[in-house]
Amino acid sequence: MLHWAFDSLLGLSLLWLAWRALTSPDLFKAIVLFISFGLLMSLAWVRLGAPDVALAEAAIGAGLTGALLLAALARLESIGEAGRQKGSIGETGAHDR
Amino acid sequence: MTDNRKTGKALRLLLVSLLCAIAAWLGYAVLGLSLSHVGLGQLVGANLEASGVSHPVTAVLLNFRGYDTLLEMGVLLVALLGVWSLGGMPDYDESSPGPVLDILSRLLIPMLMLVAGYLLWVGAHAPGGAFQAGSVLGAAGVLMMLAGWRLDSRFAGLLLRVVMVSGLGVFVMVSTAMLLIGNGFLEFSPPMAGELILLIEAVATMSIGATLAALFLGSRPAVGPDK
Repeated sequence: MLHWAFDSLLGLSLLWLAWRALTSPDLFKAIVLFISFGLLMSLAWVRLGAPDVALAEAAIGAGLTGALLLAALARLESIGEAGRQKGSIGETGAHDR
Repeated sequence: MTDNRKTGKALRLLLVSLLCAIAAWLGYAVLGLSLSHVGLGQLVGANLEASGVSHPVTAVLLNFRGYDTLLEMGVLLVALLGVWSLGGMPDYDESSPGPVLDILSRLLIPMLMLVAGYLLWVGAHAPGGAFQAGSVLGAAGVLMMLAGWRLDSRFAGLLLRVVMVSGLGVFVMVSTAMLLIGNGFLEFSPPMAGELILLIEAVATMSIGATLAALFLGSRPAVGPDK
């Protein structure tokens, strides 16, 4: 009974996190949601009896992919800022975030 | 504007209904599977002795289906080549990391190395293995870079490239050597299969760790003593 409750809670939170990560307009928030999705996903792999996949998911899916996405976001923002400074004479508000 | 939004909404509805249909179809297919079908688990269990390791997942990944792992290493290398050839990415701002990150990384990195070694060794008979150990090493590298460390330019040239290629290279060389002594390609024979798998995994761990850390850095590290 407890297992059923835990598993269904895990599955529902996975779906909810996935939905929030996909629809979040704030990219930083979306990445944090993606990382938490990866951590819960590795829990789900443990519950499915696949500890190997869970280890890989936690290390690669949640850890390194999250770090890569955050790095990409930081670079996008620095590139966007440089572009904004360069072309800020006529057009403002073109960057909707 | 409203027109645009309307088409976006319609597209989203269409996508949702399509995905729901696929999910229902998948669920139907899974429920329709016969329960008596046991898959290949028993076959792996019966041949586990011959694989050189005692953990079935490692046996499948490195011995029975070594081809997949070989290609995965290739994919990782190609990804790095793609990132490097894009080039021109700005490096992170040189800012001092702050005392917390500095001290924490000094404490954590030796431990991450130890964990990586443990995962590599334990992979022969319990969950673990080269990819997990390599990603832990890669995480250690990411942490070091966040703390302001950069690879010394003396090592960033040939040595770094050799380490990155070595994972795939050793795998291919060992497999080809198997071909030369009369086995099939990627066919590790019982007397030395365990040692060969450990060798491949150890080199692959280093290579994966270096590749993942380099993927995080994004740009090709500067080469040469004059910098």
